Amino acid sequence: MRTFAILLRRDLAILLPGGARGSAFLPLIFFLLVAVLFPFAVGPEPTLLARTGGGVLWIATLLASILPLDRLVAADREAGVFDQLRLRGISEEVAMTARLIAHWLCFAPLMILATLPAAALLSLSGETLARLVVSLIAGTPGLAAIGLITAALLASLRAGTALAGLLLAPIAVPLVIFGAGHLAREDLSGALFAAAFSLVLCAIAPFAAAAAIRAARG
Amino acid sequence: MQARLSATDLACRRGERLLFRKLSLDLRPGDMLEVCGPNGVGKTSLLRILAGLAEPFAGEVVRTGEIGLVDARHALDLDRRLGDALGFWERLDRSGDLSSAVARTQIDGLLDIPVGYLSTGQKQRAAIARLLGRNRPIWLLDEAFAGLDTAAQGMLAGLIREHCETGGLCVFVSHQPVDVPAQALDLAEYAA
Repeated sequence: MRTFAILLRRDLAILLPGGARGSAFLPLIFFLLVAVLFPFAVGPEPTLLARTGGGVLWIATLLASILPLDRLVAADREAGVFDQLRLRGISEEVAMTARLIAHWLCFAPLMILATLPAAALLSLSGETLARLVVSLIAGTPGLAAIGLITAALLASLRAGTALAGLLLAPIAVPLVIFGAGHLAREDLSGALFAAAFSLVLCAIAPFAAAAAIRAARG
Repeated sequence: MQARLSATDLACRRGERLLFRKLSLDLRPGDMLEVCGPNGVGKTSLLRILAGLAEPFAGEVVRTGEIGLVDARHALDLDRRLGDALGFWERLDRSGDLSSAVARTQIDGLLDIPVGYLSTGQKQRAAIARLLGRNRPIWLLDEAFAGLDTAAQGMLAGLIREHCETGGLCVFVSHQPVDVPAQALDLAEYAA
């Protein structure tokens, strides 16, 4: 537990905004850019924006979550951090669990906060905004999990980021369907499905990512 | 418990090539072993197998005691200050003795500087400080002398001698002549 806390603290120190790898604001800016540009592209008609805006923000979240994947795992692999951890008896699974939590904390809460200005830009109603926030809370852990697996798989490749989107997007489709579907329904079923999918992904991710790192060690 | 590192009938394969085979060694406290041989003969692979970071193609390794490894990758966060980057490992190792290690490797003046601004030799010193602070019996040093100036090379040689006199053992790879009374293992003799 103490080891886990030390790992998590380091991960947060390097991933958080203003932290060392400092790219945590990038997804946020990307997300807001989409919200700004969308009305220019489809026209400022409020009913149209209100009907499509929630779904657009979900897609923006998905695409923005790809941005931090670049250095999420690759930098540590190159620097030999996982080797040094292994010598200390710390498995890749433990390291990846800490990384998953840190990764989610560094992009999702910011994104959820950013739905406030984004909702204003897309003239979403208060009710839609509330449903969007619930569905993002349910869905973003799943996005973080898929992102971690993708980053670990691509860590040993050059130009891995370009592939990250291609790998991540298909697995994330159910999250988008259920998460964005929650916006259109009265009950909670969409968000619950997205949350269930997120839980399964979060349970798998540390093991899949660890296996990818070990396989790349060769 | 006495440290010991032994290997029997090791073979290593990289891709389709068999690098070396039928390599056995048995190291006890006080033993120093210098692994020599031309580039590509499998020195780094051997050290990684001994460390347990890679699986041998054949044979087995038995370790009694924990491993301290210094290799070409320093495992320090480039964007953090050296003190913070080393502090992370210090907390994991519960060493608490990093300050004397930092003083011995003469990096005390560098702790406030981001790791990315340090030279190769300075990062190498930091990795050696981590090794010292960790204080484990089996040292595996892969090109740990690379990038060090003459004085620092002498410092590291002194540390190796001291480590082995106090019950440790050390396997190292170096392309510079190192002033320690080590046995030599020419890996080319085991080439397949």
